[in-house]
Amino acid sequence: MASKKVVLRFGEDISENPIIYHLAKDYDLIFNILRANVNPNKEGTVVLELSGEQYEEGLAFLKSQGVRVQPLAENVTRNEAKCTSCGACTAICPTGALYVDRPSMEVGFNSDKCVVCTICLKVCPVRAMEIAS
Amino acid sequence: MAIEKTYAEINEKIRSGKAVVLTAEEVISLVEEKGLSEATRQVDVVTTGTFGPMCSSGVFLSFGHSKPRMKMQKVWLNGVPAYTGIAAVDAFLGATELPQDDPCNSNYPGRFRYGGGHVIQDLLERKPVKLEATSYGTDCYPRRELETFITLDEINEATLFNPRNAYQNYNCAVNLSDETIYTYMGMLKPKLGNAHYSSAGQLSPLLKDPNFMTIGIGTRIFLGGGIGYVAWNGTQHFPGIQQDEAGNTYGPAGGTLSVVGDLKQMKPDWLVGTSMLGYGATLTVGIGIPIPILNEEVMRCAAATDGDLYAPVVDYSSAYSQCEPGNLGFASYAALKSGKITVGGKKVPTAPLSSYPKAREIAATLKDWILKGDFYLSEPARLLPSHKDGIVAHSLEIKGV
Repeated sequence: MASKKVVLRFGEDISENPIIYHLAKDYDLIFNILRANVNPNKEGTVVLELSGEQYEEGLAFLKSQGVRVQPLAENVTRNEAKCTSCGACTAICPTGALYVDRPSMEVGFNSDKCVVCTICLKVCPVRAMEIAS
Repeated sequence: MAIEKTYAEINEKIRSGKAVVLTAEEVISLVEEKGLSEATRQVDVVTTGTFGPMCSSGVFLSFGHSKPRMKMQKVWLNGVPAYTGIAAVDAFLGATELPQDDPCNSNYPGRFRYGGGHVIQDLLERKPVKLEATSYGTDCYPRRELETFITLDEINEATLFNPRNAYQNYNCAVNLSDETIYTYMGMLKPKLGNAHYSSAGQLSPLLKDPNFMTIGIGTRIFLGGGIGYVAWNGTQHFPGIQQDEAGNTYGPAGGTLSVVGDLKQMKPDWLVGTSMLGYGATLTVGIGIPIPILNEEVMRCAAATDGDLYAPVVDYSSAYSQCEPGNLGFASYAALKSGKITVGGKKVPTAPLSSYPKAREIAATLKDWILKGDFYLSEPARLLPSHKDGIVAHSLEIKGV
């Protein structure tokens, strides 16, 4: 089953509850935490990659617990006209979404592997990486 | 009998459409297959290419005179200062110059989104560029302030003049410290997290004529998508042969070129404004140099492979920044291009900063120009100094009067 990326927002009241644990235990979902952050107001944001048969049930559970769930709408894209295939991003990208294709040495971008950490937007010397929402 | 060809003979072959031209990549397999002598006999020109960030680049601009006239004392192009202490309406815009209001590294690491290199690219894209100037006014140049827009086609001259480009070879940068550092070699992760190199290796011009047997003052080249010339040796031209402490040699390094050409006939795809996180702005420059195959020795050098050419691995967290000699060993370009090298027993992922696909495209474009008879080889007025000349680098001593 194809995985889906979702953004979960936890209010201060529930940010200390072990909610994601139940996704695995009760709904048998495979999760991969792509990003997690708690702000000074104790509100949490977690970006998850989820897959499993009981995906919809798992999401319904999250909502019942007061978690706001949104699909990951942000997308990192590559401006093909600007990219020079220099390669400066390829050893920085944490997931290997940006990689050097060998032997051509062209830089490839596999957006399925991208976790929208956006580090490539900063390290790209010609600003070829863009974010769209 | 040893093969010897002259520039005139090669140009005559280009004129008659009989020249055999190969890229520096293509020639490798030919030499492996046919041997050095036969390949030297067959091939007339080997084309090279490189496309990487090259500081020490910039453009001389001559704006034309306003009415009334002005002796410009300070000028800005899209907010980026240019040096006008040359003449009334002449200025030099350097690739690494930053706008006066750039926050630089005050919000570390700074982004350096715009600088002199980006202005050069905007000019090439035929975008209007804001010109501001101030002065003190003279009897013959009374105007004191000016604000207008210029385009590349409207100003009288725009001469790209890069005092140091096309480094023969370059360091492979790593970080031995515990913290991420931001350098002109890119973001370097702590504890040997990555290794960044910046050379086209077997396609790179000065690695394919390491002893300066053909490249010299007046050599016609591919520069920024148009035609340019080698003006002189570059600054910091210290050609040498790399050695480790045991006396093993690792090929050439240290040569540089000063190049010049009319910006108006260059292309924005080949002169690209560049931002290095936490470091600054610069210009990525495309350069291609034809190597006339005058004899077997020239061919032997031009056929060097990524396996024959080495970069020194240097720690940018300390050794480089503190200007301490020494390195962490040498890595071949074959190893660097494989994606992993071993440094101090640790496997380190590698990444280039110089685009190999673009270098390949430059070498192919230059080959195409020559085959079409649009580009002839020029015999240098004087060859550049080589490692045999023993030029020694001096460091800057900090001293009182």
